[in-house]
Amino acid sequence: MQGLTFDIAHMLAGSLVLVSFMQLYQDRLSALLNMFALHAFVLAASVAWQAYAQDAPHLYITALIALVFKAIIIPLALRRIVIRLGIHREIENVFGVGLAMLLGIGLVALSMVVMLRVTSGADPLAREDLAFALSVVLLGLLMMVTRRNAVSQVVGFMSLENGLVLAATGAKGMPLVVEISIAFSVLIAFIVIGIFLFRIRERFDTVDVQAMDRFRGEKR
Amino acid sequence: MISYALFGVLALVAIAPIAVALSASPNAISVVYGACLIVTLILFLLALETLFSHPAASTVTLPLGLPWLGAHFRIDPLSAFFLVTVNLGGAAASLFALGYGRHEEAPQRVLPFFPVYLAAMNLVVLADDAFTFLVSWEFMSLSSWALVIANHRVQENMRAGYVYLLMASFGTLTLLLAFGLLGGGDGAYAFDAIRAAHPEIGTAALVLILALIGAGSKAGLVPLHAWLPLAHPAAPSHVSALMSGVMTKVAVYGFIRITFDLLGSPQWWWSLVVLGVGGVTAVMGVLYALMQSDLKRVLAYSTIENIGLIFASLGLALAFKAYGMDAAAALALTAALLHVFNHALFKSLLFFGAGSVRAATGTRDMEQLGGLIHRMPQTAFVFLVGCTAISALPPLNGFVSEWLSFQAILLSPQLPSWGLKLMVPAVGALLALSAALAGACFVRAFGITFLGRPRSSAAETAQETDTNSLAAMYALAAACLIAGVLPGLFIDTLAPVVQQLTGGRLPVQTGAEWMSIVPIAESRSSYTGMLVFAFMFITGMITAFAIHRLASDKIRRGPAWGCGYPDASPLTQYSASSFAQPIRRVFGSLVFRAREIGEMPPPGSSAPAKLTVQVRDLIWDALYAPIATAVGFIAVRLNYLQFLTIRSYLTLVFAALVILLMVLATWP
Repeated sequence: MQGLTFDIAHMLAGSLVLVSFMQLYQDRLSALLNMFALHAFVLAASVAWQAYAQDAPHLYITALIALVFKAIIIPLALRRIVIRLGIHREIENVFGVGLAMLLGIGLVALSMVVMLRVTSGADPLAREDLAFALSVVLLGLLMMVTRRNAVSQVVGFMSLENGLVLAATGAKGMPLVVEISIAFSVLIAFIVIGIFLFRIRERFDTVDVQAMDRFRGEKR
Repeated sequence: MISYALFGVLALVAIAPIAVALSASPNAISVVYGACLIVTLILFLLALETLFSHPAASTVTLPLGLPWLGAHFRIDPLSAFFLVTVNLGGAAASLFALGYGRHEEAPQRVLPFFPVYLAAMNLVVLADDAFTFLVSWEFMSLSSWALVIANHRVQENMRAGYVYLLMASFGTLTLLLAFGLLGGGDGAYAFDAIRAAHPEIGTAALVLILALIGAGSKAGLVPLHAWLPLAHPAAPSHVSALMSGVMTKVAVYGFIRITFDLLGSPQWWWSLVVLGVGGVTAVMGVLYALMQSDLKRVLAYSTIENIGLIFASLGLALAFKAYGMDAAAALALTAALLHVFNHALFKSLLFFGAGSVRAATGTRDMEQLGGLIHRMPQTAFVFLVGCTAISALPPLNGFVSEWLSFQAILLSPQLPSWGLKLMVPAVGALLALSAALAGACFVRAFGITFLGRPRSSAAETAQETDTNSLAAMYALAAACLIAGVLPGLFIDTLAPVVQQLTGGRLPVQTGAEWMSIVPIAESRSSYTGMLVFAFMFITGMITAFAIHRLASDKIRRGPAWGCGYPDASPLTQYSASSFAQPIRRVFGSLVFRAREIGEMPPPGSSAPAKLTVQVRDLIWDALYAPIATAVGFIAVRLNYLQFLTIRSYLTLVFAALVILLMVLATWP
């Protein structure tokens, strides 16, 4: 039974990394949002499995928060924003897909090497979880760096935060209050960013951050 | 004993908020400086009592500072001696400021920091662990920095404060590293623990160099002196006196505490470094002093010279101690400590005099002064006493300590090492040169300022300074005379300090005939200040009597010979710059690349002839200017980082994170 628990946790965390990769090469915004919803859903499943495996019922609440807010409300709201901004058909791509994938693979390898070295002696489940979580965080950052659309940067930020939650639930004994406050701070960040998106749009007629750079009188 | 001293320090700190509260009141100056005077006098007497009765070192540990360490304080003969120096200088400065403080443009910017500054200097001397020492040291730097920029509307003062702050942080950094090496990996920062642990030879040498840089930058060793001639004159004069007369001595204390007390037994070649730096500092300091025309800046550079002398004596003491020649080490260390005390006396006196001149005339530029001996006779008299003392003329105190230094230098042939046998006489020659040049420097400072005819209307209408200032100056002048006439008493008082640090001591002096001092043996050398003074006094009285009684007692005034010019304006007198010309030609062309450009108008033209003198500060050009240029260049390059796009910043953060992770992954 221990083996199966570990395998399933491993598989769910691995799927989260896989979905992160899938986000990397989505060049349409609506597809990206779908992927983000999937990402949050996998996160919720993973957290729920951790709750079962660690016999920690409060983690179910965490999973529920992830499911309701991140997998349903935020993607829906973002989709509304995208449609109201009229950019749901826009195509953006900064890097080639191949290059982005190669970079992503490199990052995952790096985080594996670092985490497995650093946490030697810890619980194997937590070790794997931490390694995957760091990969998710790095992939989210990579997405923020490579995208130039503000909405995709928001998605990158949110998936980065998913990685943090995964790491937190992997470590046993994280208090619920920390989890809830993280969830709410992300929600507030989302609201603020959403407001800013509209303000930016009003002023510049676009949410392409390059336009803002041009406005500041700089060339990239 | 130590707890009384700490209460005194606490009282000084408590004066600061009172000064803030009273800042609007016209009585603030009297209250604050009066309180400082009382507290420093009490601390002075307390320290003197400790020094005379020499009880065992008393310690106290307060639950302050680092939680596992606490704040250790200790009073032993060495710190008692420096407490005496600090508080004597502090008391004199407070007394002087009772009068001088009224001439301050913005007293409320000086009053709160003055007692804090005094308290900080006391704390440095009392500290008995590295943490307390460094905190007090930094406290001292910061409070004096606030005093340097008290008159902040003058651009020059702000620059002085900036340079001072940079150099002070640099000095503290090196001291921090020195204590870090001494404390070792376990964080044993109490001085007791450091004393018990004997560092390896390499570590000890590194600590010595770091301490020399850290304490030396505060004391003004060449080439770390750059801040000193800027900051000391910029502060109000009573603070200048404290900075030059006392704070440099606290730096010397730091050096002595680390090298003689904490570091264990010295290696002979350490002394080479200290001796060399000391000798060069002495000569460079006085040469710089001769090139200046700002009276307070002359005094500041002369402080550098005296610090050089003190460090040279300390280097000699290290050399003797390394070879176990305790008596000789005691002689060199006594000379250094006595000069510490003497320099605190006469440099404070001279800065007070310069402050009185500044208050009376509104200028410190010697080219604008002259003839003040008629308007300020008493200031001129005490200033003359200070000049005589600092020029090391008998029977005053400067002579005694320099004479002792040279006695120690004359013992150097007994040293077994050839390096030192050759080095010490060379340093002795440098010190002799600097002593002679110091004489010229103070003839110039006194002559141009007080003699001749006034060079400006401000100098013509100057008024004698107030009673309090004069009282402070007379007290210091009297102390200079006493220390010069009765040196045996001072040497005996220093004996426990010297015994603590070198293991040896000088012969007991107080029983000697005619109050003479005998540093080694009667057959070798002795000096009797009392007889010299008595001889000078009696012959002077007889001569005066002979002239005034047997000849005529009328004062006759005749016209001065004006070199054939019909109307001799005061500007045709010797000026500060023309007085220094011979020395500038001999030494300046090499040391300062001094050049004189004479410009003669063509025949028939009515334009005046011009003589322009160019003097360059090679140390600044070679050491400080490149560093400033490099920092400026890098800052301009990095400025580019201020104007990147959001994505570039994100990329930078991302790259930094990935690189750090890679370092972590490949860390062995």
